[in-house]
Amino acid sequence: MKKEKGTMALEEKEKKTRSDEQKALQKIADQDYKYGFVTDIEMEDFPKGLNEEIVRMISAKKMEPEFMTEWRLKAFRHWLKMSEPKWPHLTYPEVNFNDLYYYAAPKKKDGPKSLDEVDPELLATFEKLGVPLEERELLAGVAVDAVIDSVSVATTFKGKLNEMGIIFCPISEAIKDHPELVQKYLGTVVPYTDNFYATLNSAVFSDGSFVYIPPGVRCPMELSSYFRINASKTGQFERTLIIADKDSYVSYLEGCTAPMRDENQLHAAVVELIALDDAEIKYSTVQNWYAGNKEGVGGIYNFVTKRGICAGKNSKISWTQVETGSAITWKYPSCILKGDHSVGEFYSVALTNNYQQADTGTKMIHLGNDTRSLIVSKGISAGKSNNAYRGLVKISKKAENARNYSQCDSLLIGDQCGAHTYPYLEVENPSAQVEHEATTSKVSEDQIFYLNQRGISTEDAVGMIVSGYAREVFQQLPMEFAVEAQALMSVSLEGSVG
Amino acid sequence: MLSIKNLNVSAEGKTILNGLNLEVNKGEIHAIMGPNGSGKSTLAHVLSGRSGYQVESGSASYNGLDLLDMLPEIRAREGIFLAFQYPIEIPGVNNTSFLKKALNEIRKHRGEEELDAIDFLQLIKKQMQLVEMKEDLLRRPVNQGFSGGEKKRNEILQMAVLDPKLAILDETDSGLDIDALRIVAGGVNKLRSKDNAFVVITHYQRLLDYIVPDFVHVLSDGKIIKSGTKELALELEDRGYDWLTNEPETVA
Repeated sequence: MKKEKGTMALEEKEKKTRSDEQKALQKIADQDYKYGFVTDIEMEDFPKGLNEEIVRMISAKKMEPEFMTEWRLKAFRHWLKMSEPKWPHLTYPEVNFNDLYYYAAPKKKDGPKSLDEVDPELLATFEKLGVPLEERELLAGVAVDAVIDSVSVATTFKGKLNEMGIIFCPISEAIKDHPELVQKYLGTVVPYTDNFYATLNSAVFSDGSFVYIPPGVRCPMELSSYFRINASKTGQFERTLIIADKDSYVSYLEGCTAPMRDENQLHAAVVELIALDDAEIKYSTVQNWYAGNKEGVGGIYNFVTKRGICAGKNSKISWTQVETGSAITWKYPSCILKGDHSVGEFYSVALTNNYQQADTGTKMIHLGNDTRSLIVSKGISAGKSNNAYRGLVKISKKAENARNYSQCDSLLIGDQCGAHTYPYLEVENPSAQVEHEATTSKVSEDQIFYLNQRGISTEDAVGMIVSGYAREVFQQLPMEFAVEAQALMSVSLEGSVG
Repeated sequence: MLSIKNLNVSAEGKTILNGLNLEVNKGEIHAIMGPNGSGKSTLAHVLSGRSGYQVESGSASYNGLDLLDMLPEIRAREGIFLAFQYPIEIPGVNNTSFLKKALNEIRKHRGEEELDAIDFLQLIKKQMQLVEMKEDLLRRPVNQGFSGGEKKRNEILQMAVLDPKLAILDETDSGLDIDALRIVAGGVNKLRSKDNAFVVITHYQRLLDYIVPDFVHVLSDGKIIKSGTKELALELEDRGYDWLTNEPETVA
């Protein structure tokens, strides 16, 4: 375990640049959260609080088959016996789970058949978020499964995907239309007993995406889903399940923004990925939820369980995440490398500013022979934020010739933030090769001055330096996301990354 | 263009520039020479706005503007360019996009339209010929993995693209072999015009064989103790600085 804290020599000569830099950062930080607006759509609320009745109501509302209701109830009963984890490097007031709404959906008479039938307010919201729901998305090659609060309101390109046998739909629909697939795979990677938040999610999940790629099919477009937390005090519990059958390929993008709220909002999603023989899943996330204000009031609590299993031989799962939002991030996208010769990758940029806290990383569990994993984590801390990398590499006894390479870098901006690295290694097989490298650096004044001297403002200079630092991860993102991610870094450093 | 009057500068409580005077006009090349610790690099830093220095008294005006009151990036946009003695590495930031951003900041400041990627690429390829730089350096991160000579050429390339009015070369010749020196100097000579000016800081007369100055100044203990023409540089080469610094003070 290694612990580093940002300190900066208070030499006289450094003071001026430092104050310039901080002014610039402050300026960005002072900008209001761009996506802080509330859509005025009638909501269909359940009573507050959580009990078996609510769980049954959610299931009934969604007209779910009985296996689903039973599964939810089992999860709920298990959850009652659990308590919130206390090990992360995070501090926050206790969440009162009985003071939350567990279901909210835009009211509708009948489901919209086309965009014309979608509530114009909702479309305007997407417009503000820059979600391309019209024809330009076709040009961009993106199919959008848009989720406002809990229910998917628009799914596009379904027809085209259908022709190839690809299923891409809200999970609530998959439960009704493809129960055999859901029953076979749901909870196989993240069981309902897994952890406090995942168990809660299993009991009350509202909606999310479902993807199935049949054998031998390469999904021709990036699948994309924009999640958005909307109704006040609505906990949101998405559930995503992606199955890549033998020799198939899919790239899935998840982007998040949420409107500004005064009260903390809980978000506890579960994502499960399953890659069979020779299949590959690429899962990319750009997370920009409201981080709270400069004093650390408000913001999203983001407790996410993401896990994939390389179930088949030669399969591959690659996680890429750019985390710039949320007051608290607790997230460890992981890979279980079960199939021989399977590959797991984790690329992460986590940026914290002001009073944001992030405890994020990954787990690479090597079970099969000749399995490989790669971890590239770039933490960026600014303001009074705390940023922790927590990663586990486990090589089980039976995994011959497993290899792992981990690189964990921390970048500090200012002298009041913290960066922490907690790498855990469990190697039970002597043939394993495990490498870990870690660095901590600061945005140097020399770099800022060099860019200043070429006409670039301090704010832009910090942004450039940070983008350069995170480039290795950005390169993993699909093109259209890479651009958005860089912009987001600036918006957030808008507060830390220029 | 640049008028420095009785400039006194300190850093960490120590006086570095001590009553410095200098006048630079359009079309001129001024060489600043002097022993180590005489304040040459400090002059370059103070003119370009690096932090860490206190101006105790005196003034520096640049095209009628109070230079010392301007942020470094504004000075740069107003046409002041510093070729760094030790160019800084910016990992992960592409050399071309960095330079395009810099140029467009300057163009915006001048009220000119920003260059798009294609126009910019044409410009940079043309200017690269001045410094005989390899094209792959454009695709690499700023100065990262560059050799000493490549870094210096990259500075001159930036100068050629940004087209400054006043360029300050801070020991650009240090660490260059003779071929690189000739290329760098050749670049400067092609860029000099009746509308711009250069302040060339150097230890060695050698560079001045290639970049022929109109004026040579000797800096010692924070002030200019002697000024002359290029012959002064030759004399310094022969006799060193001692005969100047040991003499009773000469009027600059």
